Amino acid sequence: MITEPLLSGITLGGIYALIAMGLTLQYGVARIMNLSYGESLVAACFAALWLFTAVSVNPLIGLLVIVPLAALINWLVYQVLLMPLVKRAPSRDALEVDSILATFGLLFVAQGIMLAIFGGNYFSYSFLAIPVKIFGATVSASRLLALAFAVVIGLALYLGLTRTRAGTAIRAVAVDPVSALLVAIDVRATAAFAYALGGALVAAGGVLVSMFLTFNASLGVVFTMKALIVVIMGGVGNLMGCLVAGMILGLTETFVATYVDPGLTLAATYIIFIAVLLLRPQGLFGARRS
Amino acid sequence: MNARNLVIIAVLAAAVVLLAFVPSFTNGYQLSLAINIVSYTVLATAWTLFSGPTRYVSLATVAFFGIGAYTVAVLGEQLAWPLVLLIAFVIGFALSLLVGLSTLRLSGVYFVIFTLGLAELVRQLVTWYEVNITRTLGRYIFLDVTHAQIYWQLLALAVTVFISGWLIQRSKLGLALRVIGDDEAVARHVGINTVMAKVVLFAFSASFMTLAGAIMAPRWTYIDPAIAFNPVVSFQVLIMALLGGVHRLYGPIFGVIPLVMLFEILLAKFPNHFSILVGIAFLLIVYAIPRGIVGLIEGVQLSLRKAKGAGA
Repeated sequence: MITEPLLSGITLGGIYALIAMGLTLQYGVARIMNLSYGESLVAACFAALWLFTAVSVNPLIGLLVIVPLAALINWLVYQVLLMPLVKRAPSRDALEVDSILATFGLLFVAQGIMLAIFGGNYFSYSFLAIPVKIFGATVSASRLLALAFAVVIGLALYLGLTRTRAGTAIRAVAVDPVSALLVAIDVRATAAFAYALGGALVAAGGVLVSMFLTFNASLGVVFTMKALIVVIMGGVGNLMGCLVAGMILGLTETFVATYVDPGLTLAATYIIFIAVLLLRPQGLFGARRS
Repeated sequence: MNARNLVIIAVLAAAVVLLAFVPSFTNGYQLSLAINIVSYTVLATAWTLFSGPTRYVSLATVAFFGIGAYTVAVLGEQLAWPLVLLIAFVIGFALSLLVGLSTLRLSGVYFVIFTLGLAELVRQLVTWYEVNITRTLGRYIFLDVTHAQIYWQLLALAVTVFISGWLIQRSKLGLALRVIGDDEAVARHVGINTVMAKVVLFAFSASFMTLAGAIMAPRWTYIDPAIAFNPVVSFQVLIMALLGGVHRLYGPIFGVIPLVMLFEILLAKFPNHFSILVGIAFLLIVYAIPRGIVGLIEGVQLSLRKAKGAGA
């Protein structure tokens, strides 16, 4: 039955697209190559798990607490840890190297904290694990709900970025931070805001993922990796690219897991990555840079 | 070659000879500490060999190190030892060529991303192979290699890495790399094949790491993918190199010695909080001493010289 992997692939792809949108904001606007990105996702998974099992709060309501909290934490990380690097960097390349190093350190701190609290075991909880029949295929209700939420959040982000003043400022900084200064945009505040927004998106992705996937404390790197590949495949800073590339990755992974071997999903991801690097390094929707 | 250089070479040669006698006057614990120091010296120096001049941060040290260890686990009992090392070297070289050729034509970010997941990819592939084809996860390494022999091989490898690094710096390749490190656009304009230079250097750096893994393998007796491809190793190598200073080939040694000691203590006292503490130590280094200990010393020397000049 081909509809079943197709549906799971689309749900997974939708979540990947959402996660990649957050990363493209952090990298495209704030110019921070954040290697600890996936740790925010895993932290949100654990937060949702804790809310559900200890305080019996529904993860969808949990979103209302976890997402603003993640935004705040990411904003603080940017202001306290990354701002000194932004200030001391003589060029964009230097900032890139510094931010890679700093966030790589952050990755191990965050992962270490989660390992110390939760250990290395896999976790999951059962929320709305009711089978639903669509087009003759059986899918769990939580998966469909996660996809619906990812679509709503992604759409809200798209409209926010294209239809509001703040969104336009964010896009302006992404295109050219120097010219953005000339039209009275506070580039540093906008970058901090974009970084926090990216953190909020990945936390939302984490809560949604936790509803239907098992997770453990060291899963962050894999999600960072996938988000980066989706961002590159789509073209840095391109939301439409995130959506298409996220779907390609989600579907490929699900089909490989279903028809080939679940142990080879990361290998499939890498094959896609190599293909993108060799054939179209600027991304599907990216403009060719000279 | 002037007299000063000859003296330096003689002193270094004497130091190596002296270091070769370490196994005869240390106990088991001290020797294992010495093995750690030399193996991290090899890894951190090999890392600096590529990442120092090009400023491309490689996060895949343990991918190559683990491949070396696994080569020994699979072939160690069937083939002669030098042949096993050669095969490990060839595998490391081939994989690094693949990584280099697909990413180093592009900007540095692609390389970083590729290397970030590489260890995890290799770990999953090895796990998949072991589970599906050989149907055993984990292997025993029963080789008749003493700790002293491991130490000597690592010492020889360290000397090889330093000599190669020194030769590369004096060669046309070294000059090309310095130009690339300063400004890649300029390098291309003066006719340097920047991609080839980077790929070749990365392949050498990665092959040395693979060899280090192969030499260290008999020490474990049991390995599985989680042990061989532990990401903390890549992280530690990066920290050591940065603490020492990556703009000089000998820089990492200044980071390796204190940090091997520190990690030894941390691992014994706080095994559950190890990666948090290492992460914090790393952040401190990135923020406080971005040019490393060697950069710090050179800075002090420079200001002393300036002060002298002003006084005279």
